[in-house]
Amino acid sequence: MAVQSEPARVTAPGPGTGGDAPEGPAPVAGRGPLSRTAPYLLLLPAVAATLVLLVWPLTETLLLSFQNLNKRQLILHLTEWNGLDNYRAQLTSGEFWHTAGRSVAFTAVNVVLIMAGGTLVGLLLNRLGGTMRLLLSIGLILAWAMPFVASTTVYTWLFDSRYGVVDWFLDQLGWHGMATYDWYGSQLSTFFVIVLLIVWGSIPFVAFNTYAGLTTIPKELYEAARMDGAGATKVFTQVIFPSLRPFFLATTFLEVIWVFKCFTQVFAINAGGPERLTETLPVYAFVEGIGNQHYGTGAAIAVLTIVMLGGLMTYYFRIVLRQEEEL
Amino acid sequence: MRRSVLGRGWPNAVAVVLFVFFAFPVYWMVTTAFKQDRDIISRTPVFLPLHGTLEHFSRATGADRFWTMVGNSLTVTLAAVAGSLLIATLAAFAVTRMRFRGRKAFVLVIMMAQMAPWEVMTISIYMIVRDDGMLNSLVPLTAFYLMMVLPFTIWTLRGFMAAVPKELEESAMVDGCTRPQAFVRIIFPLLAPGLMSTSLFGFITAWNELPLVLVLNKATGPGTAQTLPLWLTSFQTTFGDDWGATMAAATLFAVPVLIIFLIFQRKAVGGLTDGAVKG
Repeated sequence: MAVQSEPARVTAPGPGTGGDAPEGPAPVAGRGPLSRTAPYLLLLPAVAATLVLLVWPLTETLLLSFQNLNKRQLILHLTEWNGLDNYRAQLTSGEFWHTAGRSVAFTAVNVVLIMAGGTLVGLLLNRLGGTMRLLLSIGLILAWAMPFVASTTVYTWLFDSRYGVVDWFLDQLGWHGMATYDWYGSQLSTFFVIVLLIVWGSIPFVAFNTYAGLTTIPKELYEAARMDGAGATKVFTQVIFPSLRPFFLATTFLEVIWVFKCFTQVFAINAGGPERLTETLPVYAFVEGIGNQHYGTGAAIAVLTIVMLGGLMTYYFRIVLRQEEEL
Repeated sequence: MRRSVLGRGWPNAVAVVLFVFFAFPVYWMVTTAFKQDRDIISRTPVFLPLHGTLEHFSRATGADRFWTMVGNSLTVTLAAVAGSLLIATLAAFAVTRMRFRGRKAFVLVIMMAQMAPWEVMTISIYMIVRDDGMLNSLVPLTAFYLMMVLPFTIWTLRGFMAAVPKELEESAMVDGCTRPQAFVRIIFPLLAPGLMSTSLFGFITAWNELPLVLVLNKATGPGTAQTLPLWLTSFQTTFGDDWGATMAAATLFAVPVLIIFLIFQRKAVGGLTDGAVKG
């Protein structure tokens, strides 16, 4: 979860989470018709909610994407089907492909930084003494728990061009050109702030899980590796990584999915600006659909985004399902 | 094994640098909120707000309909979390304790629903809610937030329930409990950490949600159905460069979550992994 979205982004089920249902016949008192329908009755609210609140909007998105639906049609409640026009327009437009490419690059940069940073911080936690570990944990928890609507606002302030503390700090370091630098004036610097914000908020989750994973590795394994003369790098590649491999795989994909569909941070920092140059696919769909009131076009972009996510998710599920012997 | 002082010192030094990196934005948010305006816009940043003021907080809370939005956020979040806990408990019980056709399919759907692309579904949800004449209302917002946190809640509770040995329940039933009684008396108390961690994460998700409320509840008049994320993100536009008030607003928004998290972190996160890892 999310995390978020992002989900809250912290609403993460650990990778390969899954208490497995203990199998075998349930202790059913009688085998009457009631006990046969009981499970379905218990599931009914969940299934109903999923159908009405998730499946319906998804279907509606698909239906809208085949319609010519702009401000006029919206007000007059007109339904004008236009077949594949929205898709044709998107797939032949440079803007869509630019945004898609930007989304992929954005996701890649974030996930690499999150996974590398999180793993390193986790390794560090494992190595620190009690006091320092507590100190670092507190810092990590603060960043982790910070609601990202609030942290987005704070980052805007940190990187403010006139009174922002970051510009002041860079100036103090001797980089005087940065004294009143406008971070939101160019594509790369805006992305820098957004990536920093997301990485800052996402590392704690990976770090804590890496640390938790590290504590499960038996000490003997390290000792044996040391005896065989393995250095720190060797220990990581030969002992730690193989033990935590399922965790790394699952977490990487979770992060890919979360970052790819991340909306709030990207949108709230600069609304996709300057000049729509920091729009990722979800923001693009939002700006086109809701902002510019081209609802049909927006829905088509949404569907294309969902298709890409679906591809990523299939891969993720293959990994997770392989880990779980049984659901 | 050779270990110089330097060799032992560097992890601690790195830890301090990282602590500053992770904690500083939070520190800066809180201190800016308490600083006087002239300290906020001074050429040299003031790192310790010795001459604190509460002026920014009164300006932030004095914003139009602030208390309405606090009420809205609390209502929507708590109702969504409570609703999803109820629905999820029923579903998780069925999935972990009963055998029936379609169980695997259900679990698979729940797994996928956890990654539902809510961020790009705002357009269709807007159309649905508008056609039902429910714009600017808390009801659809609560319903969709419930659905956003439901899959995760089911998934986590399922892990916790599976961890409760079935023998406990069976022996209660041998002693004459009915199945619902056995559930209420035996499983439910053992689920407490699970319920706590899932509600914590559900709370954060719903508390943070922006895109949907941005689209559905645009009306700002009396009786507005807007929530705090909207109030916070609109602050800069409303107050211009009033960073003191903006940071006071951000602090007010974040502090409940930070406090809950710091208190429950051990239990909740421990509980989360217990529930997750237990086979």
